[in-house]
Amino acid sequence: MKTDVAAVDVHSLEARAKDLRREILKMLTEAGSGHTGGSLSAADIVTALYFYKMRHNPATPKWEERDRFILSKGHAAPVLYAALALSGYFDMQLLRTLRKLGSPLQGHPCSKKLPGVEISTGSLGQGLSIANGIAMGLKIDKSGSRVYCLLGDGEIQEGQVWEAAMTAAHYRLDNLCAFIDNNGLQIDGHCCDVMHIEPIVSKWESFGWNVMDINGHDMKAIVDALNSAEAVKHKPTMIVARTIKGKGVSFFEGKVEYHGIAPTSEELEMAIKELEN
Amino acid sequence: MGERAQTTAHAVQTAGRKQVATRDAYGAALLELGNKRNDLVVLDADLSGSTKTGKFAKAFPERFFNLGVSEQDMIGTAGGLSLAGKLPFASTFAVFQTGRAWEQIRQTVCYSNLNVKLVATHSGITVGEDGASHQAIEDVALMRVLPNMTVIVPADGNETRQVINTIAEYKGPVYVRLGRAKIPLVMPDDYVFNIGKAHAFHIGKDVNIVAMGIMVGMALNAAAKLQEENIDAGVINMSTVKPLDADVLLKAAEKSRVLITAEEHSIIGGLGSAVSEFLSETRPSTVVRIGIRDDFGCSGKSEELLTHYGLTPENIAETVRKALGK
Repeated sequence: MKTDVAAVDVHSLEARAKDLRREILKMLTEAGSGHTGGSLSAADIVTALYFYKMRHNPATPKWEERDRFILSKGHAAPVLYAALALSGYFDMQLLRTLRKLGSPLQGHPCSKKLPGVEISTGSLGQGLSIANGIAMGLKIDKSGSRVYCLLGDGEIQEGQVWEAAMTAAHYRLDNLCAFIDNNGLQIDGHCCDVMHIEPIVSKWESFGWNVMDINGHDMKAIVDALNSAEAVKHKPTMIVARTIKGKGVSFFEGKVEYHGIAPTSEELEMAIKELEN
Repeated sequence: MGERAQTTAHAVQTAGRKQVATRDAYGAALLELGNKRNDLVVLDADLSGSTKTGKFAKAFPERFFNLGVSEQDMIGTAGGLSLAGKLPFASTFAVFQTGRAWEQIRQTVCYSNLNVKLVATHSGITVGEDGASHQAIEDVALMRVLPNMTVIVPADGNETRQVINTIAEYKGPVYVRLGRAKIPLVMPDDYVFNIGKAHAFHIGKDVNIVAMGIMVGMALNAAAKLQEENIDAGVINMSTVKPLDADVLLKAAEKSRVLITAEEHSIIGGLGSAVSEFLSETRPSTVVRIGIRDDFGCSGKSEELLTHYGLTPENIAETVRKALGK
């Protein structure tokens, strides 16, 4: 599909994705726990959404005409927090409080505590159903707003995801665009070893979705996919984004251990240096 | 004496009164509400004929979503619709609503305090012949434990209609427990339902029976029998199981040393537990729980099952006599 991306400054988006990665690493190191790998793998997608595609207003988080983002893979909370802070939803300093008692930055996103979080997530497999419901509501109101949802690849092992896949296609939710952050790893190891999920693309196609298969770290590809999804009628879109867990920090990349642990301060120092180069 | 006469009057009225299934009253209430509120949306999981949401579906197809056989997805979708500013009512059988989709209700609906109304039908053993797999006798326990959740069990069709209208105006998650079988209208004509307010038909000085749902009518009949034996038994319809009506319970416990709870539900975690928990911390009293005693249901006719599990006016009366040492 031909799309006009001339106006997009891909380089500045790439720089912004680096900012997100730096903030993710800093907040996780400070917190001492959390999900590093899956936050870094989703950084480019989330950057494209918050700093290119989505209509949103940090000064008025509940602005009615906003596009919605549902982080179904709620353990990647740091990437959402970084995007919200860098967008101006709250003070950057708040990122230092991640996972600490009294902080609005809960271990997994809580909509009642933090402006900009549409819905609390953390238990896997539930976000797409919620995104569907919002998309249905927007359609009733003939709203032009769109709904974006980010799922993990391990997450699609949950049966509810496929219930939601059927629902979105059945109700022709073309105002919905979802991503799978396909980094190939889950807590217990490689997805293909824990529970086979491939072929992802044809699975979603067979459920009646418009599916795109892209490199999830190629900013231009993400932007193109988002633009082309908007033109699709009567079908929801799934963008299968091939990513690398821990992307951006060589010694975290592809390492299953970094699913659920935070960097040490030494690792942080090295990681920041690497990002700057 | 005047109070006693009132009890008898209600008991007699119950025996002869019209029978309405609470699910039918729900279907009618939804239809009525659909005309008044265009933000109302209804969801079902392939049981719209049985839950009676089908009537709404026919009248307002653009505001009805059948999710097919997928309760978990239905709850999440209802959550999303509420986030988009709609007023979703989601229905299926109680056992699937509260059991199969419990975690979705916890994570999505209650944690975020979403304005989602869960109205489940076919609760309790009166589902009948389908047997244990379809008889929800744990649903009140499952819903009661969730923060932000309000739990309501109407005693008859008229109360159901009022409950549906009331919760439509209330913001926050609500679970309403309805039945399949036709049951008598038991509430007084001038009764007005309010969330958290119980209705005391009468506060007895010998014993007070706190009941919910179908057991309210049973308790009224039991009280009438007991009155003939000079036992003054009060009856309280605790239709809001959460939050409980503390005032009524304290009044009842003040007046009688023994309370009986009656529910078409497990005695573990339901109304009996709620009343016991409350009184044990405020006014220690003897609470005897009538309900299913740590067991599953089984197939049979609705009336047969009520007898089999000891959920009859006779059983309530006998429990009262025993508790009073008579």
